[in-house]
Amino acid sequence: MSAVAPGYAVPEPAESYLAAGRGVLSWLLTLDHKRIALLYLAAILASFLLGGVFALLIRTELITPGPTLMADATKNRDFYNQMFTLHGAVMTFMFIIPAIPAIIGNFVLPLMLGARDVAFPRLNLASFYCWVAGGVFFVLVLLTGGLDTGWTFYTPYSTETTTRVIPATLGAFILGFSSILTGVNFIASIHMLRPPGMTWFRMPLLLWALYATSIIQILATPVLAITLLLLIAERALGVGIFDPRLGGDPILYQHFFWFYSHPAVYIMILPAMGVISEVIATFSRKHIFGYRFIAASSIAIALLGFLVWGHHMFSSGQSGMANAIFSLLTFSVSIPSAIKVFNWLATMYRGSIWLKAPMLYALGFILLFGIGGLTGLFLGALATDIHLHDTYFVVAHFHYVMMGSTLFAFLAAMHYWWPKMFGRMYSEFWAAAAAVLVFLGQNFTFFPLFVAGARGMPRRYAEYKPEFALYHQISSLGSYLMAVGLFLVLAVWIHSLLRGRRAPANPWGANTLEWHCASPPPHDNFATTPTAGDPYDVEAWEYDPRTGSFVKKDAAATAA
Amino acid sequence: MTAGILAQFGDSFWMPIDASTYAHRVDRLFYFILAVAVFFFALIAVLMVLFVVRYRRRDGEVSRPSASHNTALELTWTIIPAILVVVIFVLGLKGYMDMATPPANAMDITVTAFKWAWAFTYPNGHVDANLHVPVDRPVRLTLTSQDVIHSLYIPAFRIKKDCVPGRFNRTWFQATKVNDTEGYDLFCAEYCGTSHSAMVAKVYVHDAAGFQRWLEEASRWEGRITPVQRGAQLYEQRGCRQCHSIDGTRVIGPTFRNAWDEIVEGRRVFADGRRLGDLLGEGYGAEDYVRQSIYDPGAHIVAGYAGVAMPGYRGQIRDNDIPAIVAWLKSLSDRYRSQAQQPAAGSSPASAPDTGGAP
Repeated sequence: MSAVAPGYAVPEPAESYLAAGRGVLSWLLTLDHKRIALLYLAAILASFLLGGVFALLIRTELITPGPTLMADATKNRDFYNQMFTLHGAVMTFMFIIPAIPAIIGNFVLPLMLGARDVAFPRLNLASFYCWVAGGVFFVLVLLTGGLDTGWTFYTPYSTETTTRVIPATLGAFILGFSSILTGVNFIASIHMLRPPGMTWFRMPLLLWALYATSIIQILATPVLAITLLLLIAERALGVGIFDPRLGGDPILYQHFFWFYSHPAVYIMILPAMGVISEVIATFSRKHIFGYRFIAASSIAIALLGFLVWGHHMFSSGQSGMANAIFSLLTFSVSIPSAIKVFNWLATMYRGSIWLKAPMLYALGFILLFGIGGLTGLFLGALATDIHLHDTYFVVAHFHYVMMGSTLFAFLAAMHYWWPKMFGRMYSEFWAAAAAVLVFLGQNFTFFPLFVAGARGMPRRYAEYKPEFALYHQISSLGSYLMAVGLFLVLAVWIHSLLRGRRAPANPWGANTLEWHCASPPPHDNFATTPTAGDPYDVEAWEYDPRTGSFVKKDAAATAA
Repeated sequence: MTAGILAQFGDSFWMPIDASTYAHRVDRLFYFILAVAVFFFALIAVLMVLFVVRYRRRDGEVSRPSASHNTALELTWTIIPAILVVVIFVLGLKGYMDMATPPANAMDITVTAFKWAWAFTYPNGHVDANLHVPVDRPVRLTLTSQDVIHSLYIPAFRIKKDCVPGRFNRTWFQATKVNDTEGYDLFCAEYCGTSHSAMVAKVYVHDAAGFQRWLEEASRWEGRITPVQRGAQLYEQRGCRQCHSIDGTRVIGPTFRNAWDEIVEGRRVFADGRRLGDLLGEGYGAEDYVRQSIYDPGAHIVAGYAGVAMPGYRGQIRDNDIPAIVAWLKSLSDRYRSQAQQPAAGSSPASAPDTGGAP
């Protein structure tokens, strides 16, 4: 870290981190957590665009029951199989898993801790380049023949197919390291860098959520890494691990894979829940309700999430006893999730609800997560899961949780911390309009798929029975609506960067520490280490119409 | 047709027709969970809208004082959902135990899945591409796969079980409604490669006498249909058409159009560079090559098709079916047909348009 001149106590209007160094190298080799967050932002949004293009191709193919995009049925099927595989792999490994921890977490976590940076800034940059290296492998896959195994790489199909399984699994392997290194960094930062006054139960809930996420990242990701290496060993060297012809067991692969990939679902949703806790409290202008229960539920979800992987395999032939135990454990995860939702609602009760764009996304999150979570009950129950497993019901369920919930929380976070990141406000009206469009698009795209799935439409079908056409057509139109909404979000952001008015230090009146420094923050964040109080004491701030910022009541009183 | 109309009446908005003994139990649980889900979603949505309207921020106004924790409330919304999910778990488990426990008097059918078709083996040894079952009689399926993982899924019966290579899974059902014309849909639910979405079959439910009649007729084709028709039937039913065209286009494997000419004249070239003509001779004729290609497809890979693994059909296509397949291949080969026209102007060319024109 660059040394700061001693005696920095007088808060000079310090140069913002965006201007604290010029040239491409000052970005590519930066150790500043805020700049690394923006590097991730650019890279992850590019991945999101790529995964989104695949999604639109999938939805377009499914407008008609037969082949749609290509006349040759076989080529069309191969193309479709590649599209859903690449959509899943890119969105999972390169967008949803890193989005909130790597972008929002990297930017906000040190600021919330009142720290100058994360505990290991160099490791942080290394984890970004791990992500880039993993991404390069995925691009390589795209350019050299694609991938058609589904993002789950189920054996023995993945050891038989002629598509590029080894580069893709190596890519996922390397992306996993990025995830592990970020997790290590966050855990160390939260343990070592908390400022005076910030006890564990005075941490902002986003930090609890990121801490819980990091535990999963460092405990579960190595299992995926080992699994993918075993898969490579079988495919490249013929070592029999999963293939029954070589003495292996394909169900073993599924156990290994889901031992990581189910906890990974919580890597996707826990940080999202942390974001929502911050946004709901700030925009209800009220202390968060049930702080300890929300904090504890994050840890409970992280730990219970390790015990439920077998619910992906109810029809695989694992024993009835295993099915019963996994079903029961699966239901146990629903309780901490329900606790969070009720606490968010209780926070809104008797609040002063301010419908700004981040709050609109947060309210959308609660509704969509409600649908995503409650439809999980059908899949946790054994008798109904047997019918619904591997149908569009599952597709709709996890898109409500990942798209509807994680994406909405990501957008809530982006709009919430945008003024802090770039020092600019955005058009409230257009941001709200985009939020409404994305919300409608989400529901039109995915709700009909619940019905199609319950009626028996299997997933990963390039062609389907004509009786399912209506559901697919509504869904495809919804996906175009969602695309329009998301491009509007992008337009609002670009307009803000070019024309947005200057953001004050604390535009929303939140009390977490990142709002105590300038917008955008200087390179070193805080001139002196701040002292933390109750992170949800939002009532200590009042709006100052002259500056458009919130100011501390006591500070305002002394000034007057 | 009738069954199709009945199916329109037999299903609901959420669920397809229920046609097995435990289907309605699955549906009952589905609708119970749906009621719970709708109740909680409505609760969340109504409270949210109510709070947003009632406590909407107005200028200069601050929030009203209220508690930021309440242990009694927290316990309430922890314990009530906990009880509900335990109830759902128990109902789900009970329904599942029914599915997992076949009655002792069940009829056994073996299911062999392969890329990309199904082979159902009946107690008398007959193998069929569709599932035919008697009504009101428990049927136990023993499932396996020859290549990758597949999954047998019959929405009307609410049944699904994976077909895993190297192991035998079991499940059972008892059909409750006769449906021997339209049939119920049977899908592969586990992604298995290129033609996963075409790996569909039908379930025909016969009355007891009808099932016996069907099984007897289906087990014996000699004397009922010509060998060419039998060959065409096997092509349609046993998954051949998923990879081999009969109109000359390249799908996944080589086309069957004029394949017999190419084989019998020894013109076929293999991936290892050898020509079929060099192999043919005393003790290994064109028919032997066809037989070997069906039973042991990896023995000679046609040039240009390396890396495509066809499943072997040994034990699934019987020896007396091979001559029928050869007769049918001949009917698809122009030169052979024109040469055969003079001595035996008869059965095979005449029936060829039927099979050649099949979609």
